[in-house]
Amino acid sequence: MFLQVEPPAETMGYMIAGFAVIFGFMLIYLVSLVVRNRSLQRDLEMLEELEKEP
Amino acid sequence: MQTSVQPKPVALTILDWVTAALLVAATAMVFLYAPIEAVMGPVQKVFYFHVAAGWVGMLAFGLAAVAGIAYLRTKRRIWDVVGLSGVEIGLVFMLINIVTGSIWARPIWNTWWTWDPRLTTATIMELVYAAYLMLRGMNEDPDRRARYGAIYAIVGFVSVPLTFFSIRLTRTIHPVVIGSGDPSAEGTFDMTPKMLQTFMFSLLTFSFIFVTLLWHRIRLGKLADRVEELKMSAAEAEGGRHVLAS
Repeated sequence: MFLQVEPPAETMGYMIAGFAVIFGFMLIYLVSLVVRNRSLQRDLEMLEELEKEP
Repeated sequence: MQTSVQPKPVALTILDWVTAALLVAATAMVFLYAPIEAVMGPVQKVFYFHVAAGWVGMLAFGLAAVAGIAYLRTKRRIWDVVGLSGVEIGLVFMLINIVTGSIWARPIWNTWWTWDPRLTTATIMELVYAAYLMLRGMNEDPDRRARYGAIYAIVGFVSVPLTFFSIRLTRTIHPVVIGSGDPSAEGTFDMTPKMLQTFMFSLLTFSFIFVTLLWHRIRLGKLADRVEELKMSAAEAEGGRHVLAS
């Protein structure tokens, strides 16, 4: 006599969506840090040039 | 050209690489080492990073509260930068936690969302800290902004233990990972040793991600402070020139 075992639920699509959110959000935040850093570096250079002017 | 911003420390570069390596290893463990859960199937794998993201979110909000206390005691600007950095990182990771929880809930609870105590308190916590950023945005004066931010971060921290203990103190369908939970919880599972190892490694990895991002964000905050300082002195100098001309 064989015991009928149910296979796991078919949830692959939800798993992919979950990891897309995890890596997507982390990547967006990382990019936002890089973009803000570049913009501030530009501002800093410009302001320091202005400060040097007599 | 002379710049007051410190070059990137070697230690931070090393930390960047270590964190990236840990993330690759944790992802490999989730997909290749941890077994597929017998009932829920592949979606259960989201759990490892879902809980780790929640851990980082709460840790970051806790740090913001500590930085708030430190700022009020010392009035040192660096604590304001640390507090803001903590809140910003906490918001990102709590958002990951909430959205991935919703994705997991769809096949397991048969709904994207339910006003369960844990989901409700987590959402309130996220909104409380989103309001922190709005409060800062409304204040032009750096000292007042830092003072209000510090007080708000300390008071807002009440939402963190409320969220953490919501599944332990109330009737909820949300599973309790560590410690015994409500027997009526849906989606609870017993972790095998491989699952537990993957879970602990994910927590470690996300802790490294937190420290790395925090370091970068603090550097960015210091840079923003320097730019704001120079803008203010440039505006004052411009004002002085106008007075002399008139």
